[in-house]
Amino acid sequence: MNANPNPPPWQKDIFQAIKDAGVQQVAYVPDAGHSYVIKSAIADPEITDVVLTTEEEGVAVAAGAWLGGQRAVLLMQSSGVGNCMNMFSLLSAADIPFLTIVTMRGEYAEFNPWQAPMGRATQAAMELMGIHVMRVRRPEDAHEVVSAALDGAFMAGARIAVLIGQDVIGRKKWERN
Amino acid sequence: MDRRLFVARLLAKTPDALVVTGLGSASYDVFAAGDRDHNYYLWGAMGGASSVALGIALAQPTRPVVVITGDGEQMMGIGSLATIAAKSPANLSIVVLDNGHYGETGMQRSHSSLGTDLVAVARGFGIAQVQQLQTVEQADALAEHINARKATTFVQALVHADEPPRALPPRDGPFIKNRFRSALGLQPF
Repeated sequence: MNANPNPPPWQKDIFQAIKDAGVQQVAYVPDAGHSYVIKSAIADPEITDVVLTTEEEGVAVAAGAWLGGQRAVLLMQSSGVGNCMNMFSLLSAADIPFLTIVTMRGEYAEFNPWQAPMGRATQAAMELMGIHVMRVRRPEDAHEVVSAALDGAFMAGARIAVLIGQDVIGRKKWERN
Repeated sequence: MDRRLFVARLLAKTPDALVVTGLGSASYDVFAAGDRDHNYYLWGAMGGASSVALGIALAQPTRPVVVITGDGEQMMGIGSLATIAAKSPANLSIVVLDNGHYGETGMQRSHSSLGTDLVAVARGFGIAQVQQLQTVEQADALAEHINARKATTFVQALVHADEPPRALPPRDGPFIKNRFRSALGLQPF
């Protein structure tokens, strides 16, 4: 995780929305786009951070958190969505409230062709498994969209994915000078 | 050892434990020992039992949380042992009923019959309390340990590769979920 001294405001907005909703577990696979939220979750005494070896574990951890009376959010990258497919059935089978925030790869200004197949399939894959997809298209919308998704998940019991577009995150600088 | 006798003895002595079961025979064993409101049975999501239990254990630190699953189910989610070790909730115990076979699909040999040492794997992932049990009577000491909530624990219980009569828990996911939460004093949402 890069210790960015000036995290983008949209990352701060996402963490604030999570805090405002009383989320107590944040499960994640390390990711640059989520780095501020991850670092903040680790530092927050009211939040338990759960670092995963694979994203599908996080689907199950989030379900367990709800069963135990806490709200959880799963942070991942679009490349991890494919790892979760069968585990999503856990959520559908019992109507378990669920929110994942997904940073997108494989779409805007992607330099790595290996990211494209999963990135382009991410939204459809989520929807095939019965998960409602919302998108953050502009950085200034991050708080509103995530906050709305939190309401949908934990007040209406929905299963929701918020996708953060690669154009919001910014071009990945992959050549190290 | 006889899997049903072991599970029944363990659960009889851990009446307050929140129990998550891996799909297949482990679910049948737990249900056969007596249905409880605070049992959460998985019928699918293979590999997810110990991760579900981790989420519960973190949310309910004052309750013992026990996973009862099979060796094949745990192998599918083997990385979850690293995730659990990283948090090490003292109230979480994972009990793998290891018959060395995939009982649900025709008794093919599983990895634990083919060289994998699950106790060594769990220890290698960093789980502090790791042990292998070989007799039904050892359930008593394990139950005491579970009730004390002193350390994250991984247990490999060596059971016979037989198939006791099926005892099928409810498959209604929302019912099981709401019943489980209700037993903890929680609303549906």
